[in-house]
Amino acid sequence: MKIFIHRTRICLDKRLYCATIKLSDKRLRNRTSPPKSMKHNPETILSLQRIAKRIRIESVRMIANAGSGHPGGSLSEADILAALYFHVMRIDPKNPAWEDRDRFILSKGHACAGLYATLALRGFFPIEQLATFRCCGSILQGHPDMKKTPGVEMTAGPLGNGLGAGVGMALGARITGKTFRVFVLIGDGDAQEGCTWEAAMLAGHQKLNHLICIYDYNRSQVDGRTDEIVSLHPVEEKWLAMNWDVRKIYGHDFTQILDAFVWSCQPRQKPAVIIAYTIKGKGVSFMEDNAAWHGKAPNKEQLEWALKELAEEEN
Amino acid sequence: MANALLKPMRVAFGETLLELGAEIPNLVVLDADISSSLHTFHFAQQYPNRHINFGVAEQNMMISAAGLATTGLIPIACTYATFATMRACEQIRSFICYANLNVKIAASHGGIEVGWDGPTHQATEDIAITRAMPNMTVVSPADAIAASALLRQVIQHQGPVYFRMGRNPVPILYDKNQPFSIGKSIRLHNGVHLTLVATGVMVSIGLEVVERLAQHGIQAGLIDMHTIKPIDQDAIIEAAQQTPLIATLEDHNIVGGLGAAVAEILSEACPRRILRFGVPDVFSESGNPKDLFRKLGMDAESITHRIMQSIALNPELRG
Ligand SMILES: Cc1ncc(C[n+]2csc(CCOP(=O)(O)OP(=O)(O)O)c2C)c(N)n1
Ligand SMILES: [Mg+2]
Repeated sequence: MKIFIHRTRICLDKRLYCATIKLSDKRLRNRTSPPKSMKHNPETILSLQRIAKRIRIESVRMIANAGSGHPGGSLSEADILAALYFHVMRIDPKNPAWEDRDRFILSKGHACAGLYATLALRGFFPIEQLATFRCCGSILQGHPDMKKTPGVEMTAGPLGNGLGAGVGMALGARITGKTFRVFVLIGDGDAQEGCTWEAAMLAGHQKLNHLICIYDYNRSQVDGRTDEIVSLHPVEEKWLAMNWDVRKIYGHDFTQILDAFVWSCQPRQKPAVIIAYTIKGKGVSFMEDNAAWHGKAPNKEQLEWALKELAEEEN
Repeated sequence: MANALLKPMRVAFGETLLELGAEIPNLVVLDADISSSLHTFHFAQQYPNRHINFGVAEQNMMISAAGLATTGLIPIACTYATFATMRACEQIRSFICYANLNVKIAASHGGIEVGWDGPTHQATEDIAITRAMPNMTVVSPADAIAASALLRQVIQHQGPVYFRMGRNPVPILYDKNQPFSIGKSIRLHNGVHLTLVATGVMVSIGLEVVERLAQHGIQAGLIDMHTIKPIDQDAIIEAAQQTPLIATLEDHNIVGGLGAAVAEILSEACPRRILRFGVPDVFSESGNPKDLFRKLGMDAESITHRIMQSIALNPELRG
């Protein structure tokens, strides 16, 4: 029998990763060409940097403590979460059910260590709870559970669903006459699911101008690089074609992150997407841009090493 | 049992798939970004032009499997049980089963045995779903040896098959020479007071239950029901004729799974008291599988206890 199938490349071999040239922060910065920056209070930036560092430390620690979890995606989203929860979003940790609060959905639910650390630091629940992550009886499930965790707006884990849930919330706001904003953080592997684009198409059609999507473009998924598995390139054009406003940033630079959020929250006719070029595992050298750390807990030594690096990393 | 060798079924699955790649030239392996978890990467490295990674897109993988099957290839679509049977449910039902195409669906992470990842990743409905699809064969091996031997049969079988595996290492129960055949259950113990009918990871728990009950003078039989559809009716009816009590053991909702299948048969052919052990129609949670099993009454101790209670309360069961 003749077999005629397109050759697909996969990238699993760890050695291959080691040989791959790490994308430096600088190269990424050049790719994103930000428009001229606004003035942000340097103290705000400094404080957000400190918070992001705490988020990273707590994330790695809770995953190590649980013996399982997803460090790579938690570290790549940390700066965005810090900006959202400590600067951008209108929320009240003491009243998580406040009707007019801004909503945040983590579509890439596996990266919930980062979200839990953020919520704890923001005061939604005591920080000690982080030690119970993934344990029987915990409010902190292996993937987000909106009925168990204060501050979690939508259950997640099965990929591709966050944007659709956000569309529902944005439509709900419109129908009920509310002005809250809906932020959805999606992953690039997450965006390979078709329903992400069904949601994007509807949001564009419905002109959901209070819906803001942040695209965590770390170009990495479980089996390796997105470009080698199913490429998402060109990303910007896809969103433009779905009738969204698009902005590209380097997702670890607070000036660019805050600029982008100011931009996204301006009055507009369309939903807005921030394509954040990020580094999976950002902040821990041996995890950076290494798919092997997508869903693996560090052992004791690795944890110590990671914590040391994170503590030293002075922004 | 205590010192039994442990091995995850999905590891045996990956190894056997590699062997099958050499033997069966029209076997193609489809992945949805978790080849590292399903251990299909061995096959992918050896046979790159017979491996396709669809990315995180299970529906597309499943419908493409249907398309591939029409070209004379044997596609085996691999992902977790939740995503295979629920995300891609209609693709399986209307395009693979209805069209009766020769597609194999290999799923790991069946049941709450998944543990830490929590309910979104614990498939407790997959047997019920696939069992309700006409033309489907549902296979659920109990250990690494069974996984390997049954996979060979699954690939030889003509028509759609759902092949369900667990996540974690499980004790090796079988000898390498143990014969397996789809649709034919395996009797591991003969019983007097009751017969346990178990599938998947619950078979090794069943063995422990047999031992525990024996200490209390209760002789339990044990059947490994590795094929849930078509189910081995004869073995179930025979067991019901031999023992006054039947207990079903599955890492799945007791609604619609093995327990339901056994109850359906016996209620028509040979009514018997049946105890169904499994997930009691609730969503579980994250945690160590041992803790979760205990919490839901699915560990050997809880099962033994409930069986003894039932026998104590029902004089006709004392034999
Ligand atoms: C529907 C579905 N299929 C498969 C998985 C398994 N899975 C968990 S994470 C992941 C890759 C996600 O990649 P990405 O969205 O890029 O996340 P990040 O790189 O930010 O960690 C996969 C395939 C899942 N959770 N849901
Ligand atoms: Mg990614």
